[in-house]
Amino acid sequence: MRHYQAIIIGGGSAGLSAAVTLKDKGIEDILVLEKDREPGGILEQCIHNGFGLQRFKEQLSGPAYAERYIRMAEERNVEIKLNSMVIKLTPDRKVEYVNSEEGDVTVSADCVILAVGCYERSRGAINIYGTRPSGVYTAGQAQKYLNMNGYVVGRKVFILGSGDIGLIMARRMTLEGATVVGVAELMPYSNGLPRNMKQCLEDFNIPLYLSHTVTNIFGKDRLEGIELSEVDDKRNPIKGSEKYFDVDTLLLSVGLIPENHLADEAGIEMDPVTRGPKVDENYMTSIDGIFACGNGLHVHDLVDFVSLQAERAAEGAARYLSEGKSVAGVITLRNGSNVSYTVPKYIHKDAVINTEVFFRASRPMEKASLTVSCGDRLIRKLARRKVMPSEMDRVMIAAKDLKDLDGDIVISMEENA
Amino acid sequence: MTENKELICINCPMGCRLNVTIEDGRVTEVTGNTCPRGREYALKEAVDPMRILTSTVKIEGAVHRVLPVISDGEIPLRQMFEAMAEIKKIDVTAPVKEGDIVLHDILGSGVNIIASRTMDRVD
Amino acid sequence: MTKADIVIIGGGITGTMIARALSKYDLRTVLVEKENDIADGATMANSAIVHVGYDPEDGTLKGLLNVRGARLYDTILDEMNCRYLTKGAFIAACGEEEEKHLAVLTERADRRGIPYRILSGDEARKEEPNLSEDVTKVIDFYTTKVIYPWEVALKAAKVAVNNGVQILLGHEVTDIEKMNGKYAVHAGNEIIEASCVINAAGIMADRIASFVEEPWFTMRPRRGEYFVLDKDVHLVDHIIFPVPSEEKGKGVLAVPTVYGNTLIGPNSDYIDDREDNGTSYYGLDYVRKNMAKTLRNVPFNRSIRTFAGIRPASTSSDFIIEESKTSEGFINVASIESPGLASSPAIAEYVTQNFISKHFDLKEKEGYDMTLPKDIVLSDMTEEERNMLIRERPEYGRIVCRCEQISEGEILDALKGPLGATTVKGVKKRCRPGMGRCQGGFCEPLVMEILSRELNRDPLDIELDGKGSYILERSNR
Repeated sequence: MRHYQAIIIGGGSAGLSAAVTLKDKGIEDILVLEKDREPGGILEQCIHNGFGLQRFKEQLSGPAYAERYIRMAEERNVEIKLNSMVIKLTPDRKVEYVNSEEGDVTVSADCVILAVGCYERSRGAINIYGTRPSGVYTAGQAQKYLNMNGYVVGRKVFILGSGDIGLIMARRMTLEGATVVGVAELMPYSNGLPRNMKQCLEDFNIPLYLSHTVTNIFGKDRLEGIELSEVDDKRNPIKGSEKYFDVDTLLLSVGLIPENHLADEAGIEMDPVTRGPKVDENYMTSIDGIFACGNGLHVHDLVDFVSLQAERAAEGAARYLSEGKSVAGVITLRNGSNVSYTVPKYIHKDAVINTEVFFRASRPMEKASLTVSCGDRLIRKLARRKVMPSEMDRVMIAAKDLKDLDGDIVISMEENA
Repeated sequence: MTENKELICINCPMGCRLNVTIEDGRVTEVTGNTCPRGREYALKEAVDPMRILTSTVKIEGAVHRVLPVISDGEIPLRQMFEAMAEIKKIDVTAPVKEGDIVLHDILGSGVNIIASRTMDRVD
Repeated sequence: MTKADIVIIGGGITGTMIARALSKYDLRTVLVEKENDIADGATMANSAIVHVGYDPEDGTLKGLLNVRGARLYDTILDEMNCRYLTKGAFIAACGEEEEKHLAVLTERADRRGIPYRILSGDEARKEEPNLSEDVTKVIDFYTTKVIYPWEVALKAAKVAVNNGVQILLGHEVTDIEKMNGKYAVHAGNEIIEASCVINAAGIMADRIASFVEEPWFTMRPRRGEYFVLDKDVHLVDHIIFPVPSEEKGKGVLAVPTVYGNTLIGPNSDYIDDREDNGTSYYGLDYVRKNMAKTLRNVPFNRSIRTFAGIRPASTSSDFIIEESKTSEGFINVASIESPGLASSPAIAEYVTQNFISKHFDLKEKEGYDMTLPKDIVLSDMTEEERNMLIRERPEYGRIVCRCEQISEGEILDALKGPLGATTVKGVKKRCRPGMGRCQGGFCEPLVMEILSRELNRDPLDIELDGKGSYILERSNR
């Protein structure tokens, strides 16, 4: 069995970034396994710009951002096997993959980094009532058909979900000559960046229906129309508020979920909120030597943070390879009021690095205080403005602040007047 | 004719709410900005908004049927659909390198349409 | 005008099982199906259970044919290499009144030779920890199987075609003329002349019958809606039934499927539009509320899909399997609602022996074969088996459906032959891409690519399922 120092599952933004960092840290014998026919992952279909402002101080398109990392990987002679689907990961770090040239192969490694990305929530999962005609797509599916295969999926479009993917597709479809009749959002606030609200909806006079959802789908073979209903403060449809829209296309932008089956089947402890693995400050999961990063760990909004996180995970893996795992106890990070989750979930008491904690607010707040505390002890307090659940935030916990901590670290936000 | 427009500045996450007064097609007052970039943004955006355009063009001999492209500068929003019509006419053959110009000086704007990525030739 | 001996109208489980049974004999049989594919109606949307036969009342065709059909499945599933699991069925009674009804079922089971065991509520909860605390007694009909109903129908159709039956898909029957003691069946742009017509047209059976006579029955479609829970949800090991009743029929069930999902449903609602197989708030809410009576901890938030099927029920409470009194040779096989799936092999046998034999000499054909070889399913194979296969046929090494680990080779297999898939749904029916948690989000574009390439069709012409269900509107190049 071929053995590597490190195997990275996934050759998208997280996987490529991790590979580059591992090489830079002197870990030479690495393998990246990518299921698609080219590396770059989801970025290849995200042809709009806005990527790289943090990482490269430039505004790049998705493919251009990916190309930066592909070049970096090439320069470092990173071995990437394409068209190779990983079908199993075992707790003892064996990775089984399948491709046409080699067949069914099992390889092993001193460490494995899961960079598996995420999948879109489907119509079935949110249970929109009605018939099941063609013409209902997830936003990413329509995006792939258009930006990689060159096909427009329909003529008259309604979009459910005001997250950035939905907004971006509203613009894209409009520019390609389709009529986007409206965008609906379940929550009373939009989930997209203000810039996308302007450049995708306002620029094209596309109406946004907040506190609305699609409650019925009509059409025998191809979609013929949808029913839109207003929802109350418990997100339940209000009877009598139904509006009918004559459309042949419905795009769903209703959430992303980490591709978690490999981790799940390997017995890795999963976080029910993020739907990805629980990790420590080194991005190691509950199984020694198996790390996770990127959208496969928790869904990100900015690819810049994916790259950053993947660098941290690779650094954590490199540390593990040279020093083994920490035997010190762990401090658990908990999400307190108005915070829906934290990544990582644990920090070792003897951590030498400062830990960047990613988290999300659970509701929008105009002005808020972010606190990092442990019992009565306040570790950090910061001011925040224009807090949105759809914009992931970060806070640093210095290694020195971990000294003498007894209990969980809680990250919470309070709204200020 | 005096007009009042409200804009949200998109230059940074502050997202200041700008109030712009326009008289006879010219901006006479900008309030609500907390930095000079906000004012600059309002001056342009209120009267003749500019945008980066991203789209795809037909490509032969590559792994995909289409190549993603981007404008190397901003073009007026009011010319978006006209620009898309120009882009539709483009037909490129692989190999193409990221940054290659696929259309010079679109609609006389001085802006070029360039390849967003490299696409090798596949036979 | 094509000349045949028998025309079967309808390509669901009933029509295809009959076609298979008749294909053994030296008869020219043609099956016509109005949709683009086999098993597009009720056969595609049901509970997937081979009921063992304790439920139907004595003296009914349902009773007779369900028991016989369930037995025949034992041979047929292996003959055609169809996938199945013997999960067993728990009929769960809550309280004395319901327990009394269990006695009716066990009494029938004794007479019909159907094996079972009796468990107390507590004993049953040891095997099924999610059973409601209200359950006091359970009968376990442990030979109950779950199948992939459309797989069985497709394979029955394949056997029929292999033995010389002609199957015409996308051929809707628009008229049936009686001429000189024969029938001229107008289907699509064909006219087929035959002495016998078997009406197995499911929800349209009354309309088909009305071409030749005034039918005494009318369809009364009842819709049943279901949730499909994700594979990693281990809710139950057995099929869980409530005690059946007159009004509620078999009730809301939990069914562990052949591929590891769990079905929760169905309800039973009369609908006006016999083709409206949409799901509804009321239907699924009914399912949610009623499942809670027998099972707790049902994670409806782990549902990956909901669907609805239309029972081809009629004004008759029993199966209608009879030769028309006014039109000799016209055989109605209608109102095949539950336990239709389980009864289908016996229905085919019954129709052959009681009606077809009266019109034709049942002489066995030379070299007929009722069997099919095993499908190649990559996810079933060992590492060595996969390697041998991929070495020879590299297309099995390219995995297209990530959620269910289905390879391009399997998709290519699904396109082969006269009953090969021509739609995205057809591929899904035959080898399952799109049945997983992402519901085709990732693999649908890849399946489209393969269909377009192999069928030599523009991707714009590829349909999801029925005629006109295009997936792409236009090219933007």
